[in-house]
Amino acid sequence: MLRGISKSFGAVAALTDVDLDVSAGQVVALVGDNGAGKSTLVKVLSGVHQPDAGTVGFGHGTVSIPSPATAQRLGIATVFQDLALCENLNVVENLFLGRELRGLRLDEVTMEVRSRALLGELSAKIPSVRVPVAALSGGQRQTVAIARTLLGDPKVIILDEPTAALGVAQTAEVLNLIERLSERGLGVIMVSHNMADVRAVADTVVVLRLGRNNGVFDAAEATAADLVAAITGATDNVVSRRAGRDRAVDERAAAADRGTEAAHKGDAS
Amino acid sequence: MTESAAVTSPEPAHNGAGQPTTWSGRARSRRRVVSDRLRGGDLGLLPVLAGLVVIWAVMQILNPVFLSSANLTNLALESVPVGIISLGVVCVLLVGQIDLSVGSVSGLSAAVLAVLFVDRGLPAWLAVTASLVLAALIGWFYAQVHNRIGVPSFVITLGGLLGFLGVQLWILGPKGSINLPFDSGLVSFAQLQFLPPWLAYTLVVVGAAALYATGAARAAERRRAGLAAASRRLLVARSLALLAGLGGAVWYLNRDRGVGWMFVFFLALVLVLHYVLSRTSFGKSMYAVGGNMEAARRAGVNVKAVLTAAFVLCTTLACVGGMLSASRLAAANQSSGGGDVNLNAIAAAVIGGTSLFGGRGTAFAALLGVLVIQSISSGLTLLNLDSAYRFMVTGGVLLLAVSLDAVARRSRVSHGRA
Repeated sequence: MLRGISKSFGAVAALTDVDLDVSAGQVVALVGDNGAGKSTLVKVLSGVHQPDAGTVGFGHGTVSIPSPATAQRLGIATVFQDLALCENLNVVENLFLGRELRGLRLDEVTMEVRSRALLGELSAKIPSVRVPVAALSGGQRQTVAIARTLLGDPKVIILDEPTAALGVAQTAEVLNLIERLSERGLGVIMVSHNMADVRAVADTVVVLRLGRNNGVFDAAEATAADLVAAITGATDNVVSRRAGRDRAVDERAAAADRGTEAAHKGDAS
Repeated sequence: MTESAAVTSPEPAHNGAGQPTTWSGRARSRRRVVSDRLRGGDLGLLPVLAGLVVIWAVMQILNPVFLSSANLTNLALESVPVGIISLGVVCVLLVGQIDLSVGSVSGLSAAVLAVLFVDRGLPAWLAVTASLVLAALIGWFYAQVHNRIGVPSFVITLGGLLGFLGVQLWILGPKGSINLPFDSGLVSFAQLQFLPPWLAYTLVVVGAAALYATGAARAAERRRAGLAAASRRLLVARSLALLAGLGGAVWYLNRDRGVGWMFVFFLALVLVLHYVLSRTSFGKSMYAVGGNMEAARRAGVNVKAVLTAAFVLCTTLACVGGMLSASRLAAANQSSGGGDVNLNAIAAAVIGGTSLFGGRGTAFAALLGVLVIQSISSGLTLLNLDSAYRFMVTGGVLLLAVSLDAVARRSRVSHGRA
């Protein structure tokens, strides 16, 4: 979908020749260290920045995304990390903010029915759609923010750090939601720092390092050590050593279960 | 008001096993919801209503004339100009801005009206229109300076406070005062025209019936869609309460001169603004801009247009208030809109429960807030206390109201309802 995207800010090359593909029903995790260019890539996709070079393919043709509004029209929705919800408004009002039905005499009933239906489809645990967003937990707010983008009927949804700052249960809630999005046939691009989350929901993992592609992994096969290595560009660091140690321990334990012969093989490998 | 009734009714879709289903149980759960909301800092109009009752009780004890029909009739008329200015202040506070120049703009509008109507001999409607257009332009100018240059509204309107006072003095010229003729429609509207009793009672009945009809239609629509709706009993009780309250007030005022047209005009403006704020997408975008400007922008709300509309509404309403004030006084002079008009209008909005932090408040805040302010002022005048005491008491009440706002906000934050 993205081919050879480059973007510089003055003398700083934020992105150099980056490729990224996502297809319907697929969850792509975009990972990388701070400054790797994840946010810049997301902003290119959502129309905030224009690429200096490269093409964006969408559907069957190539498109240009000169503004956020164009991105939305194309069906590329972005949920930024700060969610951008109005805490003083309730869930329905937030979902329909900027696209209220029947502006001069609000159709509150239809808006409420559609809000409930949408949140129901996402199996969201929202106590009531008439409570102010301020009364919701972080995971619930994330759900509302994602549900809001779905009202625009997008094809691709980009989530910027959806699980940062969430607790364990809320993270699970949001990861469930991401699965549900891909079941609905949406392409999902998830920016994340959290390897456990990435491997829990992603189909492929795209690693950026210093503004360049540094590997595309199949999430089912890649290990955390592989990813960390690709992100940091080093195979020897605390994380990979510990991962290696853990793997060794796991394998020894597994070997112990299987018997001595297999243990030999494990040591040999 | 309809909002809170609908919110407090428990939603059937989420009725867990623990939810009581009997009538008394429902009533109890509704009471619990209400008390939770109060403790959570969602005070609504309750503090200002309580304050009004306390002030009226104290003033009546100090001087038995206070609650007489004659005094209340006056009180109602007197609160209109500042009340209308305060409606505009509610608009700018809702979007998280402030207008400190409402007093000067109202004074300037009064002066423009008087100069065009009396000195230049233009017809009244033309003078009024010109004054309104000028005020709207002032609001538009504020908005442009704010949107394009990014000067905080506090500073822009502080400049306007001084600047437009200067313009007012300049156009009034060396005379400094212009009298409006007593036989003009403007003065008689503000001073002499009262509703005939039959019309006043009819309006009360129509109002109560309309409240029931809209409430019932809404409830029926919600029920058809399978949503929780206010019960018929609640709707009837609400309408009867309104009927009794307003009917009693009209009866009491009719023992004197009755209900002034000017007050009815004010009530109509309050209701229109209430509708705009609570039932239109423009109103929702005003709350959104005041709550989280960046979120509103990203949701596709034209933030600059909303801010412009708020400033224009504010200065235009200040102009209406200023013209009515001049009509009531039958003169525009150098002190029109001066003195405590500015701060009373802002204080009324805040006392009525409009948050200075933006995104919170209703049109009724202006109505109730200005009644509090005018009650204090009228009560102290009846006691023959001069303005020194009036300023001190009003200042104290304002401080109390803002403290209540700040405490309620802290409580909202700690209850997760910021």
